[in-house]
Amino acid sequence: MKDFLLLMKPELQLTLILFLLVFVKLGRGIKNDLLLQLIQVLLLFNFVLGFFLNRNGHLFGDLYQSTSLFIFEKNILNLSAYLVSLVCADWLRKSQNLPEFFLLMVSSMLGMFLMISSGNLLIFYLSLELSSIPVAAMVNFDLLKRKSSEAAMKLILSSAFSSGVLLFGISLLYGSTGTISFSEIPARLNGNTLQVLAFILIFCAFAFKLSIVPFHLWTADVYEGAPIAATSFLSVASKGAFAFVFMGFLYKTFLPLGDIWYGMLVLLTLCTLLIGNLFALRQQNIKRFLAFSSIAQVGFILLGVSGGAPLGSPSVVYFILIYVFSNLAAFGVASVISEQTGKENIDDYNGLYKTNPFLSWVLTLALFSLAGIPPTAGFFGKLFLITAGASKGNYGFILTGALNLVISLYYYLRIVRAIFFEKNDVTPLKNIHVSVSVRFGLIICSGGVLLTGLFSWIYDYIQSLH
Amino acid sequence: MPNTILIALILLLPLAGFLINGIFGRKYIGKLAGILSTLLLLASFIICLYTAYGYFYQFGMVDGIYQKIVPFEWNWLSFANGLVLKMGFLLDPLSAMMLLVVSFVSLMVHIYSLSYMKGEERFATYYAFLGLFSFSMLGLVLSSNIFQIYFFWELVGVSSYLLIGFYYDRPSAVMACKKAFIVTRFADFGFLIGILVLSYYTGSLDFQTILERLSSPESSETGMALQASFLGISALSWGLILVFIGGAGKSALFPLHIWLPDAMEGPTPVSALIHAATMVVAGVFLVARLFPVYAISGPGVLESVAWVGVISALIAALIACTQTDIKRVLAYSTMSQIGYMIFALGVSGYGGGNNGDIGLGYTASLFHLFTHALFKALLFLGAGVVIHYVHSNEIRDMGGLKKKLPVTHICFLIACLAIAGVPPFSGFFSKEEILYAAWLHEPAIFFIGLISSGITAFYMFRLYFGIFHSRTYKGHETANHAEGGPAILIPLVLLAIGAATAGFIPFGHFVSSDGKPLDMPFHLRFSLAPVLLGLTGILLAGWLYASGSDRPEKIRLALGGFYRLLYRKFYIDEIYLFVTRKFLFNIIGRAAAWTDKNVVDGLVDLLGAATRGLSVLLRGMQSGKVQQYALYFLGGALALAFLFIYVWK
Repeated sequence: MKDFLLLMKPELQLTLILFLLVFVKLGRGIKNDLLLQLIQVLLLFNFVLGFFLNRNGHLFGDLYQSTSLFIFEKNILNLSAYLVSLVCADWLRKSQNLPEFFLLMVSSMLGMFLMISSGNLLIFYLSLELSSIPVAAMVNFDLLKRKSSEAAMKLILSSAFSSGVLLFGISLLYGSTGTISFSEIPARLNGNTLQVLAFILIFCAFAFKLSIVPFHLWTADVYEGAPIAATSFLSVASKGAFAFVFMGFLYKTFLPLGDIWYGMLVLLTLCTLLIGNLFALRQQNIKRFLAFSSIAQVGFILLGVSGGAPLGSPSVVYFILIYVFSNLAAFGVASVISEQTGKENIDDYNGLYKTNPFLSWVLTLALFSLAGIPPTAGFFGKLFLITAGASKGNYGFILTGALNLVISLYYYLRIVRAIFFEKNDVTPLKNIHVSVSVRFGLIICSGGVLLTGLFSWIYDYIQSLH
Repeated sequence: MPNTILIALILLLPLAGFLINGIFGRKYIGKLAGILSTLLLLASFIICLYTAYGYFYQFGMVDGIYQKIVPFEWNWLSFANGLVLKMGFLLDPLSAMMLLVVSFVSLMVHIYSLSYMKGEERFATYYAFLGLFSFSMLGLVLSSNIFQIYFFWELVGVSSYLLIGFYYDRPSAVMACKKAFIVTRFADFGFLIGILVLSYYTGSLDFQTILERLSSPESSETGMALQASFLGISALSWGLILVFIGGAGKSALFPLHIWLPDAMEGPTPVSALIHAATMVVAGVFLVARLFPVYAISGPGVLESVAWVGVISALIAALIACTQTDIKRVLAYSTMSQIGYMIFALGVSGYGGGNNGDIGLGYTASLFHLFTHALFKALLFLGAGVVIHYVHSNEIRDMGGLKKKLPVTHICFLIACLAIAGVPPFSGFFSKEEILYAAWLHEPAIFFIGLISSGITAFYMFRLYFGIFHSRTYKGHETANHAEGGPAILIPLVLLAIGAATAGFIPFGHFVSSDGKPLDMPFHLRFSLAPVLLGLTGILLAGWLYASGSDRPEKIRLALGGFYRLLYRKFYIDEIYLFVTRKFLFNIIGRAAAWTDKNVVDGLVDLLGAATRGLSVLLRGMQSGKVQQYALYFLGGALALAFLFIYVWK
């Protein structure tokens, strides 16, 4: 019993929060402001508690596994949930159904946690669905907006399609290896065509979740249509969780097929970087822009993943931690501005610095980090990803990736330019009131962007987990 | 031994200035921001002085050779075995000398700006940026490993971007800072790859180790790096070339110089600091830092370095003769002088006696860096006074200011004499050595250098006569005639004293390529030609411009096309525009991200039919129809299956 409590602590914490939220919902009568604060405190507790009383081991046979790395990954997700509750507070506070939003979010996180810890294909598939379906409902949360519903519809339909493909892959794999346990699969992989096909189908399902080109098409529509709180959660937590699991799949379960997945990764990385960059260049809407830029970021993650286990895994985990800070800072600013002025176009940001210096600096830092300009953390993240990728010795591939980094610089700087250098004929946005919790969240994100790279023990710690 | 904490303070004081002024400046400190930053920098300068003194006179020399000392090193990020990023300080003659130059000029600029930038709305922000810049530049020269240099290199880039774009409400300033940022970023990309190549072959990022392993032809690392080749050039040469490209971008060498003249949009004291004395010589510093590797293992690369330098020197000097904006003239003259420093490095051999070469060019180059920092900062600060007085950058709005600005006039004259190479001013000595080193190595480079030095004297005195003589000054008779308070005059006078006398420093005793004190030979007969040529240039300029006659106009007409070519700066900007628009964008299409939005927008018209087809296809891809998305999904899965099941095997 003690084992159970300690090993599954992260999941149990989330479940507890879920129950609390249900009671709160039933009780009614609590004002949104207070409720939001309560939830923020709960999520903060959840995050802090994640660092204590952890234990490694497995439960229920090998259905559920827990390692220090998994726990750290879950902590990153906890952090991102807490930050989302802070930076998107303005929108959340106005929402009619505040508890439901968090009910969905926490359920989805529960799914992600179980997915990270899953020990066989069945539990993996179940938790994957648990993590995906609530997100679709979150995307639909702007109940009165047609775009929001449309986005949710698209997400759920394409998700269903990808789940179908995934299930097909899983059943082929089961058919050809006779097992669904991750620990037994590697020994039974002999690389015959059926197994490769099964692997490719499973790979495609991941590619869909991670928005890898050409499986990315849902991303822009969903990001744009969804309320910004849902988009930010989707873009960091969901991407992060799937990247973690994806690495586990490639590095452990499908290690015998290493040659094939390396080839696939190279091909898809190039596509993803190129298409992500090409589209990000042309976007006018800030949410769509961030969507495509996040596709390009995924390209870089893949580049790091291709480096193989010893270097790839720590650099990807490190990058995702940094990505949480940078992306949430960017989304946070976009969220405040969109919430208070209704403006979502990049042109509307012209001369923002004149009226909103705080928001401008936060956004600039975030964009610098996303673009990988030193000394922001993003630079170190990218540097390590590229070094990890380079360890395979495929320099042409790495060079192309690095060139894309230079290209992405252009569109990130385009926004920075809009912020700082006003044109004469444009009146900048009005001064925007930034509430305490949003300000706090943005400061944490900026601090993370500045310090994660400089504090070397963070990376050392991540590396020690492997 | 050096005191680590003191050395750390050199960096931390300006950084503190940046943080305090940046965070609290506008609201709480206001006008005191300048004083605060200046005091911090004064302290930092004093520590630099103390450290350099200690290094040169107390602990630096062991057995007659100046040692490279690493008083502090910290394993900052350890990424896998063999790739450890460190932060540390490296003290050697080069960095000690650079510490003095950077902190002194920066201090002068801080003081000068107290008065010059007074009343500016973002006064505190300005000082915050100055602090950031000083911090990064000092960090750059103290770096103990090549990655750390890259880190500070980028910081220097960012802070200069902020300073050039300080007047962010001027569109030209915005364009300029963007141009500077993008051009140098591209060069930096080369630099980064160069770093990776060098560190790959040496297995280390430390300067000490890299120098050790790559500068002896016998070592296995050198052998490996020389054997591996790409496009017929050895990996080592590639590394060195790429690193030099990074340096050339920052140092505005031909053909990466296009950003420098435009960068003059920044406040004038900033130009004095960044574009005269410190940041633009970073390229020279970098080559000097890795000099043993260049000299011993990459003589071919060094040869090209020399040619790039001398071509920059000549081209910039020629262009400078036709510009009418005084800051632009100074910008081109900076580029030309940096060309001198670079080709001096290029013609130098490594000391230690191979082929009787004592590494004269190396010492001469850094000597020129030193004197140039003084007189060029002086020229810019003097130009600042003039511009402030007449409210214009154009020579034609000036003239006859001798009486109105007496102190500035004298200081400016001293600086002009120094840069023209007239004895006994500082520039004479350093330029002499450079030309002598070139003469020993390669007469062709010597002659081009000689001609450029004559042209230098000509255009500098064109500027001098145009500003202070030529005609009586008409405008602003009622304006405030004062040149400015002590905050303006003290830096001018101090720099003028330096520019006049620095030549007498026995520079070779302190800085030489192999650490052994070097007596620089002085050849009276040899120096006749440059001096005479310089005087001729001055007289010619006097004849043309001192009296305000119409001779220049006649010459301009007589030269016709050639003059236009120079005036348009050899059409290099236009060539860049042409190349980028017509070729680059046709090839890499929309992905070419470094240019303007307008170009990207206009691209659709320029792209060929093939690219147009692609763009239609891409647009079609993102149609918003979910069934189509599923189709692409399925298509992707099938394509992967086909590729990796049938083609791969």
